[in-house]
Amino acid sequence: MKDNWWERLKTNKMAIAGGLIVLFMFIISIFAPMITPYKPNIIDRYNILSPPDTRHLFGTDDLGRDVFSRMLYGARVSLSVGFVAVGLSTAIGVIFGAIAGYYGGIVDRIIMRFVDIMLAIPTFFLILAVIAFLEPGIRNIMIVIGLTSWMGVARLIRAEFISLRNREFVLASKSTGASDLMIIVRHLLPNSMSPVIVSAVLGIAGAVLLESALSFLGLGVQPPTPSWGNILTIGKDNIEIAWWLSVFPGVAILITVLGYNLFGEGLRDVFDPRIWERND
Amino acid sequence: MKGIVAYLFSKGFELIITFIGITIISFLIIHLAPGKPTDMLTELNPKITPETRIKLEQYYGLDKPLYMQYKMWLKRVIHLDFGNSFSSDHRLVWDKIKEKLPATISINVLSLLLILIISIPIGITSATHQYSLYDKLMTVIVFVGFAMPAFWLALLLMMFFGIYLNILPISGLKSINYDELQTVEKVIDIGKHLLLPVFISAFGGIAGISRYMRSSMLEVIRQDYITTAVAKGLKSSRVIYIHGLRNALLPVVTILGLSVPGLIGGSVIFEQVFGIPGMGQLFYMAVMTRDYPLIMGILTIGAVLTIAGNMLADIGYAIVDPRVRKA
Repeated sequence: MKDNWWERLKTNKMAIAGGLIVLFMFIISIFAPMITPYKPNIIDRYNILSPPDTRHLFGTDDLGRDVFSRMLYGARVSLSVGFVAVGLSTAIGVIFGAIAGYYGGIVDRIIMRFVDIMLAIPTFFLILAVIAFLEPGIRNIMIVIGLTSWMGVARLIRAEFISLRNREFVLASKSTGASDLMIIVRHLLPNSMSPVIVSAVLGIAGAVLLESALSFLGLGVQPPTPSWGNILTIGKDNIEIAWWLSVFPGVAILITVLGYNLFGEGLRDVFDPRIWERND
Repeated sequence: MKGIVAYLFSKGFELIITFIGITIISFLIIHLAPGKPTDMLTELNPKITPETRIKLEQYYGLDKPLYMQYKMWLKRVIHLDFGNSFSSDHRLVWDKIKEKLPATISINVLSLLLILIISIPIGITSATHQYSLYDKLMTVIVFVGFAMPAFWLALLLMMFFGIYLNILPISGLKSINYDELQTVEKVIDIGKHLLLPVFISAFGGIAGISRYMRSSMLEVIRQDYITTAVAKGLKSSRVIYIHGLRNALLPVVTILGLSVPGLIGGSVIFEQVFGIPGMGQLFYMAVMTRDYPLIMGILTIGAVLTIAGNMLADIGYAIVDPRVRKA
């Protein structure tokens, strides 16, 4: 089984393209200090807003800081926010979805109603309101994105559990006296992982976008910590004179998000045997 | 007809529960956050006496248990009384929101229309020409569209149309000389200002909805009744647009309803980028200054707009699908 999907992954162009982009982003954020000679926060008063050249690959910003270096360090911020936020939202979604799907009945109805309510709130409003009271910053951004984006996972896990909970292997395990927690952790979760992995990968893309938008509005990662979003804020303020500040960080966001989306969609095809049969 | 009334009635009940749920969540967030919501008003104002502070806390019922505070607040909200803004003008929150609503609502309605006009034909033609060059091109465009941060696209378009070509204004709703213009010129002026914001706000929706429309149409084309319709010799355009479209639209209507909160939330971004004096910008200001009554008021109105959008989607669903009315 395992070899089977590894084989399929290797032949899936979308998954490979996306995976390579993701891998590339990881490498540059890990090795950021070795790639760039400049520190991201060093101010250079004599090189303010200088256009891209061989010294400063992506130009400098309004304080003379090297944009290329800031973007490399920004990749770190972006990726860590994406992973932590999605880790949190997946954990919450799995817990709620598992309880709703396994127990059903009134518990299920209450949880799913709560999910519907959360989905009906304009998420961006909710996030801004929370941040207004918590102080913006990397940690709070992660928490807030995590707390407001778990609903999809909950629905997925619930649907999987409902279709699995009356299958023979689950009933057999129950008849041998296994506890609910045991059945959920040992039997139901491992068999419901593939849609969760797909939605987590796509979720990272969403979190990266959200973080950049919040940082752009000045409510996310706070300067001087570099993030792609807050470089774009400076880009907007200098839009008439410094195009490089508005172009490069946006391209970085676009490519990263595209990478996760391609990887996620590719994985979906890999995990879904029906599509495989159709293409065969 | 009776079916539709019963259907809307049960939907209406659901919506009321949703509204109460949303307000409870927003209420809790603001009240569980560290510090008192009145701190912002009292700490910044050295002239405030302890007596006025207590009076203020009593007005917001901060001395009472949480559920009592919520009940008091809900009772006022039903009468559109959100209290006074904490900002220096101390105006009524509802008055502040009321004057910003038209801009935000009209941009959102326009962008919903734009989404429908563009993405439904794209979805249909991609489905009927599956795996063609056109379909593949559209798929690529949609993927890029999904990954494109709306605010960045806004910056790029501002740079291109506003600065490089210099044919579109890059901020605000009206030109400085707006009051001197003729009626026709006024319409054109506002139209020019709205062009980019409406496009930006519709952009994500266009990518998403055309994708849904494509897969929904593909699903429908494979159904037996379509094969039957083709077999009995109907023109393929008639089969697609009369028999197919109606069924394919169903899931799209639902998705459209679900995308309303995203649209409304997105207004913060494009209103901030384009400097449009709407509810999104008001909310941004409120968040920046921690204007507690204003934040609460806008969250509530945002929820009401969302619910209204969902309600419209449900009505649309009932119109398109007779089965819903009977169920």
